[in-house]
Amino acid sequence: MADVKKIATRDGYGEALKELGALHDDIVVFDADLAGSTKTGVFRKAFPERHFNCGIAEGNMMAAAAGAAAMGLVAFASSFAMFAAGRGFEQVRNSIGYTRLNVKIGASHGGISVGEDGASHQCCEDFALMRSIPGMVVMSPADAVEAKAMVKAAYERQGPVYMRFGRSGVPVFHEEGFVFRIGKGETLREGTDVAILANGLLVAEAVEAADALAQAGISARVVNLSTIKPLDEELVLQAARECGKIITCEEHSIIGGLGEAVCALLSEKCPTPVRRIGVNDEFGYSGPAGELLKRFGLCAEHIAQVAKDFCK
Amino acid sequence: MTQTEQKELMLAACKVRIGIIEGTHAAKAGHPGGSLSAADLFTYLYWKELRVDPKNPQWEDRDRFVLSKGHTAPGLYAALAHQGFFPVEDLLTLRHIGSYLQGHPNMNSVPGVDMSTGSLGQGISAAAGMALAAKLQKKDCRVYTLLGDGEIQEGQVWEAFMFAHHYKLDNLCAVIDNNGLQIDGPVAQVMNPYPIPEKLRAFGWEVQEIDGHDFAQMETAFAAARETKGRPFAILMNTTKGKGVSYMEDNADWHGKAPNDQEFEIAMTELKARLAEVEAM
Repeated sequence: MADVKKIATRDGYGEALKELGALHDDIVVFDADLAGSTKTGVFRKAFPERHFNCGIAEGNMMAAAAGAAAMGLVAFASSFAMFAAGRGFEQVRNSIGYTRLNVKIGASHGGISVGEDGASHQCCEDFALMRSIPGMVVMSPADAVEAKAMVKAAYERQGPVYMRFGRSGVPVFHEEGFVFRIGKGETLREGTDVAILANGLLVAEAVEAADALAQAGISARVVNLSTIKPLDEELVLQAARECGKIITCEEHSIIGGLGEAVCALLSEKCPTPVRRIGVNDEFGYSGPAGELLKRFGLCAEHIAQVAKDFCK
Repeated sequence: MTQTEQKELMLAACKVRIGIIEGTHAAKAGHPGGSLSAADLFTYLYWKELRVDPKNPQWEDRDRFVLSKGHTAPGLYAALAHQGFFPVEDLLTLRHIGSYLQGHPNMNSVPGVDMSTGSLGQGISAAAGMALAAKLQKKDCRVYTLLGDGEIQEGQVWEAFMFAHHYKLDNLCAVIDNNGLQIDGPVAQVMNPYPIPEKLRAFGWEVQEIDGHDFAQMETAFAAARETKGRPFAILMNTTKGKGVSYMEDNADWHGKAPNDQEFEIAMTELKARLAEVEAM
């Protein structure tokens, strides 16, 4: 996918907000002094009267967004994943999750690929935190087109949604006009020896790995599981039954994210050997995103290697 | 305020206090102290101030009330029940399994509750978000919230104070119940938040300090709140924790425990005597 156009999923978020804003008067957007980075600034430019900067105060922002939603508005609230899911966790849990209010959290800069900012900003725990809240939808798109479609689907859904977007550009492989369905995975490559279940920027890496594996005579299925909760159980079970081996890939701790969600499902309904690729219960550090992803094994080469060892 | 109005409010407040004691006694748990200190405020809000309709609790243009100090739900529930939002006898199901009257207010289960609260510091933010939304929607409704004096130790409260001033939320009125006590003891000793009015004024709020057991002073303060333009309004209400039940008054031990059967009888005798006294006025 080297020659494919690369766009960050956060750009898809900003574009979607702007498009939705033109169609729906009931959308309001809250940000915590990061509108330029989270891309809610795109919405702010078009609809300044409906964009509210909360300053560096994420706890207040989350509960204020809940208040706006309680008045019948659809409130989007954005910050970096670290501060949206991390700092704001208890506000999200009590004022958004428990109330089932119509708040959509758009968290940018998730994962290791935040890069140079280092560990304090590299949030690899947000899926775990958000998954633990009853009723919360947790999603992470694979490219900017999917991100855009996901944001629109989130608007249409009644209730709390958490979406994680990335900082770095990722290859765009979805066609414009792609329709996103919450809770539905997407099989991108058919295969029978092993199934690679991925989300976020690791989806493109998984596809690249599958191509390399095909050269080595291994038939790898690739599934984009952009919705982590509710998990597309049917598709995961089908992959387990048909391939017999599962690899999960996520730019997240191996604790509490997609890998554990898949393991929990399989252990109860279809015990299957699994290899989890993710951040191995450690903090990140500063460096260029691409180099960091390689060092943490969040890349096509490592996925292919794990698959080869797994299929021996 | 006429004497008839005063009397009507005093009678209602007695009933609210009885509801608090009956509810927490039946629950064998709950927070009578801060519910009683705010009982007169709950009464004033639901009998005089709030534009709400018990027959249509979801009326879009109603005033909103967010109980930021959510643990004093027994007081709010008693006021709502006596205003007809739900049957008064249901107050006895407080905190029981299967009851819609949860230990802390749940907007999805209790008619008349506009926001789920209980985790201190969040209600004021939600109220500010509501006030902001109301302005955007060009609704003329107002948003009220009640905070505890201990609650303002939460940093988020000050984030919300900043936010409300920044967005000129003159449709927001925050009442702070300054009963001086929190679970671990006197607020000033646990973590001193004083002086409160000066801090709020520095945050750009209009502030009025009143006796939180004086309806006439409430009337004046809420009228001033409605007339204030361009900035949010706070009422610092000085109260007695446990007000109305002799052994609970000014005693932090009654922050979060229910009266036993014997204590219940004493409390009810006192409150009923007060009710009879007011009726005879």
